Amino acid sequence: MNAAAPLPRWAELWLLPLLNLGIALAAAGVVVALVGQDPAQVLAVLLHGAFGTPRGIGYTLYYATSFVFTGLAVAVAFHAGLFNIGGEGQAILGGLGTGLVGLWLGSMLPAWALLPLMALAGATFGLAWAAVPAWLQAHRGSHVVITTIMFNFIASTLLVWLLVDHLKPAGSMAPESAALAASAHLPTLHQALGRLGIEWPASPLNLSALLALAAAAAVYLLLWRTRAGYRLRSVGASPGAALYAGIDPKRQVLLAMMISGALAGLVGMNEIAGVQHKLLLEYVGGAGFTGIAVALMGRNHPFGIVLAAVLFGALFQGGAEVAFEVGGFSRDMVVMLQGFIVLFSGAMAYVAAPLLARVLRREPARG
Amino acid sequence: MDGPAVRLRGICKRFGAVQANDDVTLEVAAGTVHGIVGENGAGKSTLMSVLYGFHAADSGRIEVFGKPVQIRNPHEAIALGIGMVHQHFMLVDTLSALENVLLGAESHALLHRAEAAMRARLDALMASTGLKVELQAQVAELPVGDRQRLEILKALVRGAKILILDEPTAVLTPQETRSLFEVLARLAAQGTTILLITHKLKEVMQLCRRVTVMRAGRVVHETAVADTSAAALATAMIGRKVALGREPRGGAGRGELRLEANGLRWRDALGVTRLHDLSLRLHAGEIVGLAGVSGNGQSELLELLSGMRRPDAGTLRLGAERFDAAHWLQPRLARRLGLAHVPEDRGARALVMGFAAWESAVLGYEDDAQASRHGWMRNAALREAAARLMERYDVRPRDVELPSASFSGGNQQKLVLARELSRAPHVLLVGQPTRGVDIGAVEFIYGQLRALRAAGCALLLVSSELDEILALADRVLVMHAGRIVGERPVDECSEAGLGLMMAGEAVA
Repeated sequence: MNAAAPLPRWAELWLLPLLNLGIALAAAGVVVALVGQDPAQVLAVLLHGAFGTPRGIGYTLYYATSFVFTGLAVAVAFHAGLFNIGGEGQAILGGLGTGLVGLWLGSMLPAWALLPLMALAGATFGLAWAAVPAWLQAHRGSHVVITTIMFNFIASTLLVWLLVDHLKPAGSMAPESAALAASAHLPTLHQALGRLGIEWPASPLNLSALLALAAAAAVYLLLWRTRAGYRLRSVGASPGAALYAGIDPKRQVLLAMMISGALAGLVGMNEIAGVQHKLLLEYVGGAGFTGIAVALMGRNHPFGIVLAAVLFGALFQGGAEVAFEVGGFSRDMVVMLQGFIVLFSGAMAYVAAPLLARVLRREPARG
Repeated sequence: MDGPAVRLRGICKRFGAVQANDDVTLEVAAGTVHGIVGENGAGKSTLMSVLYGFHAADSGRIEVFGKPVQIRNPHEAIALGIGMVHQHFMLVDTLSALENVLLGAESHALLHRAEAAMRARLDALMASTGLKVELQAQVAELPVGDRQRLEILKALVRGAKILILDEPTAVLTPQETRSLFEVLARLAAQGTTILLITHKLKEVMQLCRRVTVMRAGRVVHETAVADTSAAALATAMIGRKVALGREPRGGAGRGELRLEANGLRWRDALGVTRLHDLSLRLHAGEIVGLAGVSGNGQSELLELLSGMRRPDAGTLRLGAERFDAAHWLQPRLARRLGLAHVPEDRGARALVMGFAAWESAVLGYEDDAQASRHGWMRNAALREAAARLMERYDVRPRDVELPSASFSGGNQQKLVLARELSRAPHVLLVGQPTRGVDIGAVEFIYGQLRALRAAGCALLLVSSELDEILALADRVLVMHAGRIVGERPVDECSEAGLGLMMAGEAVA
């Protein structure tokens, strides 16, 4: 009936995730070997592709930026006891808000005024998109998992409709908007560092990476340093105790989901303002779902999420390199590796815990 | 029968850092009632889990009716003639009593044949033991006492010669307890061996032939009940003398009216009226005891008075403020008006189990100037404040970072009391203050509640333990089926009289 004794904190925070990662890599290695490839070579190419060159690092961190936003979005909702599966849709809406403001005001405002407005619009669109399922959950009991999933589909069809019927310039065949004016382009790191006289190869990595770090710090402060965060966490950890304390769970559900949606909405700054410079289809590219894995792996803590986002960014970037370099190794193999990591680090995060606890206990007994 | 029914030798069981059982040796003579007493965490339940096959002992031997045995799971225990009645009943509410007994013991693939066979066996068993249960009734509709008899029948019909009962009277009225004891005495006389786990020493003195006292995983005392007293057992249980009886009250007498509720009515989500026109008054410097069997509306009443629920009708006066059903009290306003609430359910209400102790120690008061400023939590100050509270209220271990869930029941309760009492409330609502709390902590909690009364607080004490009400209250209200069915000064209360009222019998 009783579970084994808990792990020491350091082991739970560091050793167990690393062990899980190792198991996932080993499992993936077995599959790679089964299809006749050399796991060591694949891993070497993957690591080199992700971290071996400044350009590779740029791509890795560019992917990681979106994952930080969506991972934080999942974590904030999680701390309020909610499972926000709608990061994808909220990110689509965020990109839409960012892009629309960029299209609308691009020719009128300079970059220093326009870019903050675009970020604000992205966050607001994401927030509003999350607020509807949140209201339904709080006041009508519609489960937020179901409604956010459905809102993902609605968001992607909404985007198609807007692009095809309204935003596509006349005469164009591609479902894309017109290009954003230069003042609506978020500088890439290459440009920003270039202005400071530092050499950095061109990559999609842009200043929204700093915004992502700021968002991670802000989420940490919100959750563990403010009264609002205290209330949010108490509702998530014990709705009954929150009720006893006079904290209105409905309000907290709305608040958490709106913050969550706003964070996911900031993906638009990375993708639309930072890289694509126009509205198009598929710019979120699954980052909303990857955010769930990132939050799981990062234990819903901003610091862990940043680390996990870099890991997943590396998988995306290194995986693309592997698919390119290693003959007979498709991108699907990389998806499989991601699947193993989600499986072992998320869904089965504690499977190895009893074993680890037993091994640790072999060490000299305490006091 | 030859030899003892159960012999445990040198049982050791360890959970992580906790030595739950340490070299426990126990012998129970066949056909007797043997009591096992001890504080929470003393290792009683672990020992019984080892005997019933839930846990494997790390070392030690088990003999049943003189034969060395290995019990790897409850099935093997049942096959050896060991039955267990858990504190929380293991019954399927939506099935009938008969179907519950049948579950897992179907003698025939065709259900009606199995039922017929089982009914015949049960009828015979009920006739011989005096355990009467309406077999066609749905379990959800059976009173608690009947459900317990059903659990015992379930064990006996599976051939139990040794019956383990875990805190069997926790949910029973005094009358139901008495009839249970009559049945147990008869079963013992017919040769069934009964192991009674309890923390109520009075019951041990009434029913058992021998008693084993456990403390911190060890057997510290083993004696014939005839050779001991409840006081001696209590001393053995906690290792020092305790006083839990009534004490002459100190401080000023009853003062001004602090809380007055009139005509409270509340309907649940299904539209069933659970509280009927309920009125009560609390005065400064008195403890009003609200007695009743759990589930008769006491919990709902506490939640109404603390602002967690809104009634359908009724008025409330708290100090100078007045409320009615349309504009009801809110928990936050209640705290500001000096009403503190120690809820019945520590786990789901009073503490956020995943929070560190210092975070739980400010729950509900996070608006205070000492707790937060301009929306920022003053975490360092809160940690210090929690450390001082834990020192003053003797919460162990004194670790403010420890998750609330990691404290024992008694220490969790002390943490809650520390939070609520340290604000010197004008009115305190307290539900089941000593449920799941060990005797040493009970003594401390009683002292704190009495000190609060002496300081002029108005207390409403809800408890399903009559002894607790009688030890603390000045005035006793009895609740049954959502109504207050009687009110007495404590001096005019007898356990039997209150018990009858609790069971809904009219008392002249």
